[in-house]
Amino acid sequence: MRLENRTQLDMLREDCVRRRNAETRRILVCGGTGCLAGGSQQIFEKMKELTAAYCGNHDIQVEFGEEIAHTGVKKSGCHGFCEMGPLVRIEPFNYLYLKTNLEDCEEIFQTSVLAGKPVERLMYKQDDKVYQTEEEIPFYARQTRLVLKNCGHIDAEHIEEALAVGDYQSFEKALFEMPPEEVIRIISDSNLRGRGGAGFPTGRKWTQVAGQKEKTRYVVCNGDEGDPGAFMDRSVMEGDPHRMIEGMMIAAYAVQAKEGYIYVRAEYPLAVKRLEIAIEQAEHLGLLGDNILGTDFSFHLHINRGAGAFVCGEGSALTASIEGKRGMPRVKPPRTVEQGLFGKPTVLNNVETYANVPMIIKNGADWYKSIGLATSPGTKAFALTGNVNNTGLIEVPMGITLREIIYDIGGGIKDGKKFKAVQIGGPSGGCLTEDDLDCSMDFDSLKKIGAMIGSGGLVVMDDSTCMVEVARFFMNFTQRESCGKCVPCREGTKRMLEIMERIVHGEGQMSDLDELRELADMIENTALCGLGKGAPKPVISALNGFGDEFREHIEEKRCRTHVCQDLLTYKINPDKCKGCSKCARNCPADAITGELKHPYVIDAMKCLKCGACMEGCPFGAIYQE
Amino acid sequence: MLDQSYYDKTDAIIQLRGKEERFLIPIIQDIQEAYTYVPPELLDYVADKLNISEAKAYSVASFYENFSFEAKGKYVIRVCDGTACHVRKSMPILEALTENLGLSKRKHTTDDQLFTLETVSCLGACGLAPAVTVNGKVYPKMTPEKMLSLVEQLRKENE
Repeated sequence: MRLENRTQLDMLREDCVRRRNAETRRILVCGGTGCLAGGSQQIFEKMKELTAAYCGNHDIQVEFGEEIAHTGVKKSGCHGFCEMGPLVRIEPFNYLYLKTNLEDCEEIFQTSVLAGKPVERLMYKQDDKVYQTEEEIPFYARQTRLVLKNCGHIDAEHIEEALAVGDYQSFEKALFEMPPEEVIRIISDSNLRGRGGAGFPTGRKWTQVAGQKEKTRYVVCNGDEGDPGAFMDRSVMEGDPHRMIEGMMIAAYAVQAKEGYIYVRAEYPLAVKRLEIAIEQAEHLGLLGDNILGTDFSFHLHINRGAGAFVCGEGSALTASIEGKRGMPRVKPPRTVEQGLFGKPTVLNNVETYANVPMIIKNGADWYKSIGLATSPGTKAFALTGNVNNTGLIEVPMGITLREIIYDIGGGIKDGKKFKAVQIGGPSGGCLTEDDLDCSMDFDSLKKIGAMIGSGGLVVMDDSTCMVEVARFFMNFTQRESCGKCVPCREGTKRMLEIMERIVHGEGQMSDLDELRELADMIENTALCGLGKGAPKPVISALNGFGDEFREHIEEKRCRTHVCQDLLTYKINPDKCKGCSKCARNCPADAITGELKHPYVIDAMKCLKCGACMEGCPFGAIYQE
Repeated sequence: MLDQSYYDKTDAIIQLRGKEERFLIPIIQDIQEAYTYVPPELLDYVADKLNISEAKAYSVASFYENFSFEAKGKYVIRVCDGTACHVRKSMPILEALTENLGLSKRKHTTDDQLFTLETVSCLGACGLAPAVTVNGKVYPKMTPEKMLSLVEQLRKENE
């Protein structure tokens, strides 16, 4: 059915809301990448089976005593609590079941769906308290979920569900009630800043594109979320694709573009699939295509899959890739707003930015500015990962402190270990240390301390993490991903990586540290694109925050976390050694000698540090230092 | 020399995507999906059809890490070495696999064409770190032991 005018859309929406409300029981099984890996597909099938068995035909009526109910089984997008997957949510009670198994389905169905009672053993527990509903769990209670509001609560593969919760309402409002200039004015007034990294004002970008002489314009969505440790955009694309598409449609209307492209990285097959379905369904309803809802406005949307190049997250590299070229950044100006995709003015924003647009249009700029900080309004989604108890996707108001995120939402450091650092902003970001725990999380405050929000990855590290090794890891990443176009990045990162490798292998010198700083300075100031300019940041911020560890690696040839293999020495504890000679026989280098029934010793000069002795010791007498 | 069926398939792909330079990447992706790798002959063929030079097509195909010019094994194992997986110790998994499969930094596919081992920067499954995929299926919270028993199981299935 193609919608020909506004009335038909409103009627369809009312119908969708009615149908949703008619479902007095909703079983939502998380179908995000995380939970699918934990077997949620089988749980979904089982729930459908159970419902069908009781109801004759799933989502038709079931009788619960006197009440006649309709049960809907939905495969939702990501709830964000990936650590605890697979997740199952039962509405209207909002019970959230964690780590569910196939065997639990029957009990959940009997107890919760049919009888409306909770199954406590599958619920979140903390300090002996059972948290029955998703809304009560500290992980969620401390969040402000606006962009992710529908993620996990709707079936992402059916546009009817999206319509029922209000998707496309803002687009409709913009299209029929606002001239394009008005849309741009609201976005500018709201002070929405791009969620992709640098925080450039979105309204200014749109204004610049709208002001170009050239009338062929493009709207492009950057879904090439390449930062290791970040998956916010993936969850939006998987969980509520229509919201992001709606944001793009509003942008297209504002700058009068007829074509749009979504660039999604190849590592996100499920996001690609969900977006394809979403676009097809929107086209079918006539929300995308020619003469949308009977107006003069036409908009076509295409998906381009990435092919494994991190640099394609950079604007000009991304547009080059869509054009079928090598994804290499070019010298700017001209900027993307002047000559972007196919040389035409282009609005390029990331997934989360577009997902913010509909609610701003709906609620107004003042409402948006009331959330977060005046200079960075709104919320930000972060992917909280690493050595923290509750990993997953979170959304918080700008200006929250790191401490609140790690301890209140994340539930503290895993296994009771000690907090060491947080890596923020991926390979172009930096490490925040204990001193920064009370720093406000917003674009400007983070910039001041030499870090950046980037796309929003927060990797928490405990005291068993070697910061020197982590700095080497990031250097290795950017070096491998350098496209090779400009010399500072291609050669500079290579030299920095070589120095870092020397240091972790125990061959560093103190002069290396000065050299690292000098190279970093050069690269930051002369590289062509953001990838290059940001590449030295992880090393420099680790050096600033954890200079002692660098010095230990170089001067004492010691890694306090025992992560750097080459700096370890193996020793035998004479009190534990029973002199069985097993280690001496296991040693491939004949480095262990001794007399039977007396403690053995390891010759550090001969030792290859293979660890065979320690693995084989029946008495646990061998240790690393 | 490739079988004619390869060229027919490629023709169908070009037909579907469109005969323009901007479709070069989607076309190569489709070819790789069909054959798990991009046979160099087909790349030349595509370049010719799209009216671009072989050098240009090669420069694009070699730029992106996902494209492989060598045939891959039946099972493509990808160990995630994103930050979250790295700090939750994904490297020991890679090392165990490299040793068990007799591979090296230069050799990615076993001689019996059963396994190909790759690393990937981030699968976005950071909540499940460390993560490994086998032919696209995500295995969460892996350890070297769990990984090796999975490999063993796959080997047995193919005996």
